Amino acid sequence: MSIDTETARRVAKLARIEVAEEALPALASEFNAILGFIEQLNEVDVDGVEPMTSVTPQRLTRRADVVTDGNQQAAVLKNAPDAREGFFAVPKVVE
Amino acid sequence: MSDLTKLTIAGARDAMRKGDVTSAEITQACLTAIEGADALGAFVHKTPEIALAQAQAADARIKAGDAPAMCGIPLGIKDLFCTKGVPSQAASRILEGFKPEYESTVTGKLFDAGAVMLGKLNMDEFAMGSSNETSVYGPAINPWKVDDRNLTPGGSSGGSASAVAADLCLAATGTDTGGSIRQPAAFTGITGLKPTYGRVSRWGIVAFASSLDQAGPMTKDVRDCAIMLQAMCGHDARDSTSADLPVPDFEAALTGDIKGKTIGIPREYRMDGTPAEIEKLWSDGTAMLRDAGAKIVDISLPHTKYALPAYYVIAPAEASSNLARYDGVRFGHRAKLGAGDGITQMYEKTRAEGFGPEVQRRVMVGTYVLSAGFYDAYYNRARRVRTLIKRDFDDAFAAGVDAILTPATPSAAFGIGEMADADPIKMYLNDVFTVTVNLAGLPGIAVPTGRDAQGLPLGLQLIGRPWEEAELLNIAYRLETAAGFVAKPAKWW
Repeated sequence: MSIDTETARRVAKLARIEVAEEALPALASEFNAILGFIEQLNEVDVDGVEPMTSVTPQRLTRRADVVTDGNQQAAVLKNAPDAREGFFAVPKVVE
Repeated sequence: MSDLTKLTIAGARDAMRKGDVTSAEITQACLTAIEGADALGAFVHKTPEIALAQAQAADARIKAGDAPAMCGIPLGIKDLFCTKGVPSQAASRILEGFKPEYESTVTGKLFDAGAVMLGKLNMDEFAMGSSNETSVYGPAINPWKVDDRNLTPGGSSGGSASAVAADLCLAATGTDTGGSIRQPAAFTGITGLKPTYGRVSRWGIVAFASSLDQAGPMTKDVRDCAIMLQAMCGHDARDSTSADLPVPDFEAALTGDIKGKTIGIPREYRMDGTPAEIEKLWSDGTAMLRDAGAKIVDISLPHTKYALPAYYVIAPAEASSNLARYDGVRFGHRAKLGAGDGITQMYEKTRAEGFGPEVQRRVMVGTYVLSAGFYDAYYNRARRVRTLIKRDFDDAFAAGVDAILTPATPSAAFGIGEMADADPIKMYLNDVFTVTVNLAGLPGIAVPTGRDAQGLPLGLQLIGRPWEEAELLNIAYRLETAAGFVAKPAKWW
């Protein structure tokens, strides 16, 4: 599997990371090195082996479906880069 | 008492209880040592006011005669732990200025037990790295030195390792996703333990790869590891993977008696290119355990070779998902936007400015392996291989093995910048002996047992059965006693 500049551009877009056009070829080549390393996994016979979902046998614990938290608007907004009138502010999303 | 910063947790606890010294005195000695150690780059946010207030409160508790073991013990806290009102930025630009409104479960438990926070410790950005060089603060430096080069303390818990080895604090918290406690411990001649997955709550610790991350103690010896682990672990309803199991008395398990225990030596860990010094360290350690009455058996963990490639699918996949939260909206950095920039540009510019190159690389690799068409070929295949890696360990333990002895790292500490031109895979190989343990969710401990020809510390790793940290610590304690590693770095900073 070889990653070209176009694929690198698409992955950067999916990851929402701006990558300059001139940096794409180097990025693609780094991906290829890492994916080449990962390709070794194809040597392993995984027929009939379940993908691991939990490393310990325990089930995820459940709790009662009740409100246990809330009324912390100021604390929630405290670290926001732009908070106004009790909301997170972002650039215009809809026209 | 002469040099208070050199005390162990156990030594400080006993001295404080006897009234020979106060927490305020030890804390002040550590703060002074930290002030003189900026060249190590270990402490990146210092909290002397908090430390002195906590020390005073601890002294009052000790005087009242009802203080837990960690009471009054000055610690360094890895920057990955959220600490209320104190910068907690995972060594990333994207969390610049972030001051959590809450306390992580682990730091909360330590503070409830009376521990003192001296400040936040350097690390690789989002715990992604093996040399502390991906940090936004610049690298932490190893207090060990053999020539004029600055050496890495390892990573990602590099600041923790450097601070403990240089006696800036009595102990430190670390986290370990692929070896980030054990590799830096080995590089700096200290002891570091990664607990069984689920033993320590992950709540309030900045997430990297949630199915692999565990926090643990980094200390001057095995006894301190036992004492500090005790205070860190226990069930937490806020982490759904936290185990609801009783916590044994780890320190009480340190009898040093390992007669009749079976220690496995995995043949797949003898790798091409392993330096002769590491081979010798390993066979010396094996002999020490044999002399202590343990039975040594050769074992096979056939999928070892595939652990690193599986890890470099699973960890980036989970990271790409976990790090999606850094969007410039709710906390941390937001890029300056140009006229006409919309929300997508805000995300893309914020993440390009906020994440360093290694984090960007892993987020994008993770995005790729999870993307439509590749999910089965990469991600699901890696998870199947992970099942096989765990099965290897299950089989060994089912055959009667009590613990497994391996090298902790493939080399001693290397120089800062020496890997800069190497391809990323070369750096990833640092975790070759440790990463299997995270994939299998097992407890592992690195213990310093020798030095290389240049005089740099080297460590061995012991891997235990799930939830059997007490037994693992006891075997590590015996190994520590037999190895008698007492060397300290000469102060140059």
